[in-house]
Amino acid sequence: MDHSSLAGRIFRGIALALVLLFFMFPIVWILLMSFQTNEQILRIPPRILFEPTFANYEALISGQLKTAAGNLQLTFMRNLMNSFVLSSASVILALLLGVPAAYAFARFKFRLGETIAFTLLSFRFAPPLLVLLPLSLYYQQLGLNDTYFGIVWVYQLIALPLILWIVRGYFEDISPDIEHAYRLAGHSWREAFTRIAVPLAGPGIAAAGLLSFIFCWNNFVFALILASADKQPVTVGALAFVTASGIQYGQIAAAIVLSVTPTLLLALYAQRYLVEGLSLGAVKG
Amino acid sequence: MAQLVETKATARRTKRWRGRLLPYLLSLPALLVCIAILVPFVTAAVYSLQRYRLNLPYLRGFIGIDNYIDFLSDPAFWNTLRISLVYTAVTVIAELLLGLGIALLLRRPTRFHNAVSIMLLLPLMTAPAIAALMWKLMTNPSFGILSYLVGLLGVHDFKWASDPSTALFTVVLVDVWVYTPFIMILLLAGLRSLPRQPFEAAALDGVPASFVFFRITLPMLAPYIITASLFRLLDSIQQFDIVYAMTQGGPGDRLMVFQVQAYLEFFQYTNVGRSAALLMILWLITNILSNIFIKNWLRLRERAHGHA
Repeated sequence: MDHSSLAGRIFRGIALALVLLFFMFPIVWILLMSFQTNEQILRIPPRILFEPTFANYEALISGQLKTAAGNLQLTFMRNLMNSFVLSSASVILALLLGVPAAYAFARFKFRLGETIAFTLLSFRFAPPLLVLLPLSLYYQQLGLNDTYFGIVWVYQLIALPLILWIVRGYFEDISPDIEHAYRLAGHSWREAFTRIAVPLAGPGIAAAGLLSFIFCWNNFVFALILASADKQPVTVGALAFVTASGIQYGQIAAAIVLSVTPTLLLALYAQRYLVEGLSLGAVKG
Repeated sequence: MAQLVETKATARRTKRWRGRLLPYLLSLPALLVCIAILVPFVTAAVYSLQRYRLNLPYLRGFIGIDNYIDFLSDPAFWNTLRISLVYTAVTVIAELLLGLGIALLLRRPTRFHNAVSIMLLLPLMTAPAIAALMWKLMTNPSFGILSYLVGLLGVHDFKWASDPSTALFTVVLVDVWVYTPFIMILLLAGLRSLPRQPFEAAALDGVPASFVFFRITLPMLAPYIITASLFRLLDSIQQFDIVYAMTQGGPGDRLMVFQVQAYLEFFQYTNVGRSAALLMILWLITNILSNIFIKNWLRLRERAHGHA
């Protein structure tokens, strides 16, 4: 294709500008809204230039919302905290379960190995509610409903398959020769695994961990069904917040900004790994 | 002496045993999670064959495939099936075309193009439920910037997600905003990993750009396109977060996609049996779709490798 013609260049420039406008505008606009008072938000026509206020964030962080009707307690910071607890606990647990399994699938040919690996991946393709709704009935009987343990256990469904497949690919790319040499020197497989294989697969494990953290953080339906108010992460909490705070649009915008900031920062920080992780299957295919 | 030989042999045998067991032991914990998840899955299959309502527990009992048969005569079910398929088709096609277009624009690995593709990661990293809230604020009739902008264009009563005629369009727009970057990234990775020779040969021969695109680029990119659309297809037909956060299936039953319908059937009508049957049907559809796609993907991959 010849892109060097002037008309072609102009067309490409305009097309890219439109693409950026469409995909970036919502993020920028909500960010601007979060620094506005309700009056500024409701003003028509909307203005780009305004006196920024931090009141929305102050209300969210202090948990006190002052309205004409009196003080309202906000649980938003608790939602944020829940997201951190649930996502990091799930990722750590999934790494502990997934990395040894990924190593087994990559290094050993064993009966049922491929079947097990594929079954674990196939959970990614089952409708989440198919598992969640019966599980919520079980959880009620077992008393696991609305416990961190119960929710983290189910979050494995998001993190584990992802970690398994990304880390497996990394192990497969590393030559087993160094491990063999290390084993011949008289070390056990366990030492070979923890001192050689895991450090070499470090970048892959980090990428898988980051990616699954983001997916856990962004999850909505698991917590919607299994968690009540004091265990809810921000995705569910933000939705409840819309109805609770009524017409405090500035605070809704600030809540949205606070709830996406961690994943956006992570994504920017680790974008190279993320792109690799996201496109790994396709590239290898 | 004889005893010593025997213990040595036993030791070797246990060692071999351990070696054979090792992969199972390593994957056992992950396997246990997998089995634990199969339990509610099988339970759902059993529920789908029962008359089971949470508010009428004493009526509970097996009714065979009556739940499934009931759906055949229920217009609400056909609406769910239709809207799920329409939603899936529209989002996947729109995201595929847009994602492919953007990937082609960003094809050359310049610094600017890489910066743009990183910025395009941001919508993908936004939780879909939160993205729905963002767009809800932007389409609010009294202050939403998008309502204001279409007002400038002379359309004053555009009600976005709250009007039956535009609800689907609005929700699809949010889906496209969140997921087009996903397809873009996969296709960009594909485009940049294609071998150069066919393109150089075509350039030397002065082959027209459209021919290069349809006869070289697209066929070689096909495995990537299939993978990307498979992922999106399976996610799209199971869409819950965006639709639920934005409209809860409304207005009316305009956006009653499978999982939203099943959720309401469970929590609003407390009808566990029907909810489970609905989800089993969805599971069957996703299985059939993924099988068709994986078969095609394998065939295309062989062909692409054969040509390369």
